[in-house]
Amino acid sequence: MNGLLQIRNVTKRFGGLQALTDVDLLVEEKMIAGLIGPNGAGKTTLFNAISGVYAPEEGSILFLGKEIIGKKRHQITAIGIARTFQNIRLFPNMSTAENVLVGHHCQMHAGVWGAVTRNRKTLQEETAAQRKARELLRFVGLEGREDQLAKNLPYGDQRRLEIARALAVEPKLLLLDEPTAGMNPQETLSLTRFVSRIRDELGLSILLIEHDMRVVMGISDQVTVLDHGIKISEGPPEVIQRDSKVIEAYLGRPSERVRKRPLPSRQDL
Amino acid sequence: MMKNILAERLNRGWQGILTMPGWLHLVLIIGFVTILPPFIGNYWTHVLAYVGIYVMLGIGLNIVVGFAGLLDLGYVAFYAIGAYSYAFFASPKFGIHIPFWVMVPACAAFAAFGGALLGIPVLRMRGDYLAIVTLGFGEIIRILINNLDALTNGPQGLLRIDPPTIGTFKFTTPTHFYYLILVGCLLSAFFATRLNNSRIGRAWIAMREDQDAAALMGIDILKYKLLAFAIGASFAGVGGIIFASKMGSIFPDDFSVMVSVNVVCLIIIGGVGSIPGVILGAIVLIGIPEVLRAVAIYRLLAFGLLLVIMMIFRPMGILPSARRKLELKKED
Repeated sequence: MNGLLQIRNVTKRFGGLQALTDVDLLVEEKMIAGLIGPNGAGKTTLFNAISGVYAPEEGSILFLGKEIIGKKRHQITAIGIARTFQNIRLFPNMSTAENVLVGHHCQMHAGVWGAVTRNRKTLQEETAAQRKARELLRFVGLEGREDQLAKNLPYGDQRRLEIARALAVEPKLLLLDEPTAGMNPQETLSLTRFVSRIRDELGLSILLIEHDMRVVMGISDQVTVLDHGIKISEGPPEVIQRDSKVIEAYLGRPSERVRKRPLPSRQDL
Repeated sequence: MMKNILAERLNRGWQGILTMPGWLHLVLIIGFVTILPPFIGNYWTHVLAYVGIYVMLGIGLNIVVGFAGLLDLGYVAFYAIGAYSYAFFASPKFGIHIPFWVMVPACAAFAAFGGALLGIPVLRMRGDYLAIVTLGFGEIIRILINNLDALTNGPQGLLRIDPPTIGTFKFTTPTHFYYLILVGCLLSAFFATRLNNSRIGRAWIAMREDQDAAALMGIDILKYKLLAFAIGASFAGVGGIIFASKMGSIFPDDFSVMVSVNVVCLIIIGGVGSIPGVILGAIVLIGIPEVLRAVAIYRLLAFGLLLVIMMIFRPMGILPSARRKLELKKED
């Protein structure tokens, strides 16, 4: 089957550390794919490999059937992969509207000449982009905040703005890196619903890194589990929840959990 | 259109002081500076023309430093490239006399080319490292000019450079150049404002804010850095040709590192990223030392004191850009 994103045998090393080993992953159109794993499992490394921040040593990443390893970050964005960041990385001193407009960069074409002369084509493009930005801000629930500086938004709104900015890229695949990190249960719930809405209303595919199990299990069509850079399990959420290897990765082996260190002997004390 | 945008900026800068509409400010200011020369005499017209050249340089460097966030301490190099390019093609040195108006775009292009050339090796540098390499580049150009005797006459300089002409009219008096420079300043401000409020300006600012996030939003960092260097340099190229045609002769000493330092200072004093700020910064930094000539030997001391007071009471500059002002206000 031909997926939107096909990751095959991707290996990434940092010096002696094997961050990803032989990872395969398939994301199909209009699918929400969850990516979970304990801290340091290589989830964000995989995101960085997809978005062009690092080039993996081995393997291939096909997007729409084309190899994207070796392409530059902005080129990968231009062909339709947008992302958010684990630690919010907005443009803090730009307004919310400007942040979204920067995301729309690739969909616009005005050059120096257009900027200086402000010809009709540029003006039309700019008006359309402004309208699009307002629509997206409304979609993520930030209407009326167009002129506020990004850094003055509350935390949850900054997360939403990051998603709006990524959606402005008009991607086919959206990579969300822990969108609910640091949120309270209510915010988490509303964001989870929102992620489903993105898929349903905008019809794009989402690859989601998430720590909150309820979020991942609730909305994912398929869950992939990484541990120490190795894919240890993959399947529908119900299967993953009962997979002993996954439980092991998160909680340790049953025998390890029971066995404690021997009590110190009298001499050690 | 230009009036609206400039006026909007001015208005924001002066909000609370005057309540009349912004475009009126602009009309008043332009009107005021237009009728000024007959009232102030040749000397002050000359001083203001000199300030005007620095306004052009400030607006150009502001694109590199204020918008794109690349600290360039070798900006004088592009000023020199503009001035010497004109001197080569419009003086008895090689016996070539190409008209001033043809050379304006040519000098802008030469300087832009120089800017891109400097840009290529420093594309991967950030912050302090970039500042040091560009500082070196500025000195390299000056030393080259000083030593390439065959081309530049070295320290003897290039003399009898053609003045600009329109038909049979020749630009000769300080007043003529005053108006030429005024037009140059207005056009520079216009171009810079238009660029700032465009897709390109947003890409530059995004790059300044967070280069990696900008790249992942689809901005080609290398391209936009080069573009900032090239466009910023072209303003200096035009400043250089006007300077050369005004002075009639140019020497390597006209392009010392102090020019770069002054331009960076006037941007900081005026308010990084703000065009009215650059204008005011140029008046303060270039104009006030002239005013202070009255107190002769204490001139630079008094000037230093002024700068220190400024930095204490208005660290973001006299007229910070709207964005910076917002930043300051919210942090209180």
